[in-house]
Amino acid sequence: MASYEWFTSRRNYELEWQKKCLPSQPATNHPLKGITVTEIKQAETKGTPFRSKAPQKADFIDPLSSGDPLSADGAINLAFDGADPLSRFAAEALPATKARSGSEKKISSTSADLDETFEPWNAKKAGILAKYTTSEKLSITTSFLSASDKERVVIKSQAQVTTVTDKVRNRLEQLDDFEEGSVKEMMNLSQQDYVKRIEELNQALITAWEQDQRVKSLKIAIQCSKLLADTSVIMFYPSKFVLITDILDTFGRLVYDRLLEKAQYFPPGSTRPVRLPANFTPADVPESAKETCRNWFFKIASIRELIPRLYVECAILKSYSFLTSGEYADALKRLAWMTRGIGDPLVAVYARCYLSRVGILVAPNIRDHILPCFDDFLATFSQLQSDSVQNVLAAQKMEMPQYLTLFSPALDWILQCLAHRASDATLTATLEKCRQQCNNALLLNSIMSAFQPQFIASRATLFTEMIRECEDQGFPKHLLQQSLGRCLVVAETPEDQKLSVLNEVWKSVVKLKNPGDYITCAEVWIEFVVKHFGKREVNKILADIIKHMTPDRAFEDHYGRLQSIVSKILTHMQDFSQVFSLDKFLPFLDMFQRESIKVEVCKTVLEAFCKYQQEMVNDPVVINAMMFLCKTIHDSVNALTLDDEKRVIASLLSGFIRRVSFGRDFEQQLSFYVEARASFSNLDPVLITLIQSVNSLSMETRRVVKGNHSRKTAAFVRACAAYSFITIPSLQSVYAQLQLYLQSGQVALLNQCFSQADAFFKTAISRIPELPNTLETDGKVRSSEPFLLEYISNFVSTLLVTPDSPEAGVLYLLRGLLNVLQDYTWDPSSDARIIAYVRVLAALSAFSQEEYLYHVDKVDANDAMYGSDPKFLAEVKSTTDTLTNQVLSHLKTLSAPEMEKRKITLAMDFLNTVIAHSDLGNPAMGTLAANLWALIQRSGQADAKLMKRLASYVQSKASSGERGFQSLASQLKLEVGSTV
Amino acid sequence: MATLDIRLKKVNKIYREGDLVAGVVVVQSKGGELQHQGISLVVEGIVNLQLSAKSVGVFEAFYNSLKPIQLLHYPLEIAKPGRLPSGKTEIPFEVPLKPKAGKTLYETYHGVFVNIQYLIRVDMKRSLLNKDLSKQCEFIIEYKDQEEKAKPKPVTFSISPETLAGVKEKQAIPRFKVKGKLESSCIQITRPLKGELTVEHCEAAIKSIEIQLVRVETCGCAEGYAKDATEIQNIQIADGDVCRNIAIPIYMIFPRLFTCPTLSTNNFKIEFEVNIVIIFHDDHLVTENFPIKLTRF
Repeated sequence: MASYEWFTSRRNYELEWQKKCLPSQPATNHPLKGITVTEIKQAETKGTPFRSKAPQKADFIDPLSSGDPLSADGAINLAFDGADPLSRFAAEALPATKARSGSEKKISSTSADLDETFEPWNAKKAGILAKYTTSEKLSITTSFLSASDKERVVIKSQAQVTTVTDKVRNRLEQLDDFEEGSVKEMMNLSQQDYVKRIEELNQALITAWEQDQRVKSLKIAIQCSKLLADTSVIMFYPSKFVLITDILDTFGRLVYDRLLEKAQYFPPGSTRPVRLPANFTPADVPESAKETCRNWFFKIASIRELIPRLYVECAILKSYSFLTSGEYADALKRLAWMTRGIGDPLVAVYARCYLSRVGILVAPNIRDHILPCFDDFLATFSQLQSDSVQNVLAAQKMEMPQYLTLFSPALDWILQCLAHRASDATLTATLEKCRQQCNNALLLNSIMSAFQPQFIASRATLFTEMIRECEDQGFPKHLLQQSLGRCLVVAETPEDQKLSVLNEVWKSVVKLKNPGDYITCAEVWIEFVVKHFGKREVNKILADIIKHMTPDRAFEDHYGRLQSIVSKILTHMQDFSQVFSLDKFLPFLDMFQRESIKVEVCKTVLEAFCKYQQEMVNDPVVINAMMFLCKTIHDSVNALTLDDEKRVIASLLSGFIRRVSFGRDFEQQLSFYVEARASFSNLDPVLITLIQSVNSLSMETRRVVKGNHSRKTAAFVRACAAYSFITIPSLQSVYAQLQLYLQSGQVALLNQCFSQADAFFKTAISRIPELPNTLETDGKVRSSEPFLLEYISNFVSTLLVTPDSPEAGVLYLLRGLLNVLQDYTWDPSSDARIIAYVRVLAALSAFSQEEYLYHVDKVDANDAMYGSDPKFLAEVKSTTDTLTNQVLSHLKTLSAPEMEKRKITLAMDFLNTVIAHSDLGNPAMGTLAANLWALIQRSGQADAKLMKRLASYVQSKASSGERGFQSLASQLKLEVGSTV
Repeated sequence: MATLDIRLKKVNKIYREGDLVAGVVVVQSKGGELQHQGISLVVEGIVNLQLSAKSVGVFEAFYNSLKPIQLLHYPLEIAKPGRLPSGKTEIPFEVPLKPKAGKTLYETYHGVFVNIQYLIRVDMKRSLLNKDLSKQCEFIIEYKDQEEKAKPKPVTFSISPETLAGVKEKQAIPRFKVKGKLESSCIQITRPLKGELTVEHCEAAIKSIEIQLVRVETCGCAEGYAKDATEIQNIQIADGDVCRNIAIPIYMIFPRLFTCPTLSTNNFKIEFEVNIVIIFHDDHLVTENFPIKLTRF
């Protein structure tokens, strides 16, 4: 085999560097200046809000220009007043969105007054359904569900019905039929069955409607609302209300939509019917639709029973908009008044709730009916004591407190409607009214949850008094304390009231015997305390909680609440030295005795730490406590822990480690790392963090001594290196090991620890063969070769500055590396090994320069050590020769046609290296380059652009008189000419 | 196959004396031309009177139903015998509403013993082989003007055991007192009946309070009068044991067709009454009766 040689070109890096620097010129123009000058008009017309006019300038303020360092210069500022594209778009979009939001506003004028501060009914539904459940048997009275009856109510054929009266009579007959005839009571339904039945009714309603059986759907609606008059399973009533009013809402929507569809009209000058616009007035509605609408209301007005009549009219209230514009207010008022006829207070309050719910949707501005609703409720409050209610309660074996909680959802809703956007005066008046008429706990609770917290907070003392005074009548006071606490937490309490309020409340909270009641209150109030008081108070409260929760291991049942207490403390006390200086904090954490919960809590603390702790920590108290918590978390990791879980834990621990700093006390820092390593040995990422931290610690040391290590610091950095050296092998991933060895070696070299650096590099080389062929990153399996190539490039570049060890031979690290590469089991279908060789060739060319491209400060590299000794150069040359031969022989093996592509890529790579690094003046190299070029050219597979660029590079070198380039250029040129 | 239909121009079908009833007769013929012997249209208004079995004997009631009174009769031919093309044919018509001499157009009313009804009937005569086609359509008459106007005539009432008539054992009645008022006893038919009542005190639990609308129909004939009161509708205004001393609204809309302005003629009378019914928990009930006068204006 013909052997090739490699001749390195001599290079003067200094000179090359100077040539590369481009001459600088003073700039007169802003490079980012826009080409067009734009005028932005706030256009009144909606059509084209933006038009660009070339010659005009606008005084338009660029959002970037304020605080822009460039604008300090007057000239630039002037040149900069063209709009940048972003602000132009923004300006363009603005009028458009304005126009749209304008029209939207019109459309949704009814709902515009309800902003996000008003909690919609839908948000409450789930809560009510979850809260009010029953295990009792329910019954449902309807004619629509039992299969045998299903077909009985089918509308009689209307074909022979001739007169209006007949029709009406027919319908009335059907109504009668349903009232007397086919109604069946289904008994003994479980709650699930009941819910299912109601859902079936809902479906039946929709189906009937779709089949044009409007009378049937009305009947279903009536039957449903009738169910609301039944309080036989009273505990379930609120949920029943939610379910049934859903059906009624559906019914109301169907009626409204149908009328809207019927109300198509002919706009002036058009023959095609058009749907009514969303914001129509009754005048737009054609007579036929009005007639239909009136018929609905007439029909509903003739419903015999009060409750169905009330509910169904509420349901279709929205359709009043077809008749007259001012109808809502009157209708709402009348309906509100009608609710007085309902004897059962619970049924009545829910009817009022539905009324205000519908009212706030169809006419949010009309509030006249809400206050009467509320007043009526107050007036009828005495009903709760009446015999009939007592009898019901006795029959259902229900206690008064439980009964009272049934009122809460409805009352809350009414009060919310009342309080929404209400003036302070209204609220005060309402409050006063409540106080005078019936100072009841139930009412007070609803007021606190409905009114704006700020309103409550500014009267905190008043409320505490009211709570103390109010007759509890069974409604538990601790619920009141909770509600009050919730308000005070979100709003600002007047400074002078805070302490008295807390004292007052806590006095009664302390007295709570039931740990469950106690802890729910404490959970709410701790936030208030943490927010407004110092650590003394927090500590006291914590101590009190511990005292209450310890007997009978009560804490075991309330881990959730205790956890929430911890997170509340941490959200508001962000200074951890304060948190840990609470003597009761750790004892508090000790209450979490179930392992999983304990870990959870530790994690919460750690998360808060990572989130809020901005400054470095050196407080031993904090560090000790945190170490303890971290160890708890770390020890929870076992073979069954999920990968994700591990990752979260590792990042939390790493976050903590990074935030510990003892400043200049490097030794203590290192000993902390040693301790951490002992504690967190199971988690690779944490160990990596530790090694990185130690490395940066030695770099920090180097920075402090400005590179001149004293004996003491030298010993310290060596200790650091030793730390890394013994920690790295315990990592599981070879990939991480390799990275860290190289990195730590570089750090050691920088700190002039030659033998340590040598050891790192040597170990790294010895570890390379163990690198698996595939790596898993982000859940994907990838080949490790690209990484390895990169790694080798990095490694070889590091070796350039590493002096050879006096004991070992010339370039023994590099040789070692090459040997390893030789033996490494490469993927047979890739050329990674050869690419690595080409890289090493380039590096070796750098090795043989008189002075190297870069150096490590205070470290003599081989250039200084050998001083371009010919023996050394010969060594290098023999290596390069071997490598060249290896590369070329590999190229030869790639002869099969399907490998052509690979071959050309490789050849191109090699050619580039040859041109860049070898001495082309040498005929051998010149021929080699020319041959490679010819090879690439022949195949026609290479990237033409790349080739052109290479040719022009050679051309430019040739014209600047570089040795050897002329001859090459003439050869390249010829061939390029032949192909182009 | 052919069908007949009448479509009036006014969707609500409400007319007044002197108005023109305008509309189209729609003839739909499927499958070929339609041959006919003429189409005629009649507009008529009739008062039907019936004696109830209660006031006269069953047989008499059966045989002696009084002769209907014709208020309006207006026949006209809208198409001469001939053929109509296949498909839809619309024949427009217009009829002025003028009562027969000496008669008035009373308002439409559907009761039990008295019925005032206005109809448009279309008949299509056809050859022997085909059945004649017929279709009728009701329309509604309302007064154009009425001398008597509704005026507020408030009625206050107070119901207690003492005010009850026809009770034998006064001791058995629980003590109660219900006070209230009706805004007026002379009410425009398009307006609701309004008022309020307050249960001041009541020993027994109340089950329900209802307002009953009652029609009183009187048919007169040579042999004498027959007067009958029947329920039109019943509206519950209170459900369950209501709160004491709180005003509960009385509110009732008069149903269309089944009510009309109070009417008194030589042959018959239509009057209305309202009952307030208080039902106690043991299903005993107390009723208070109020005659009311309904007017159109």
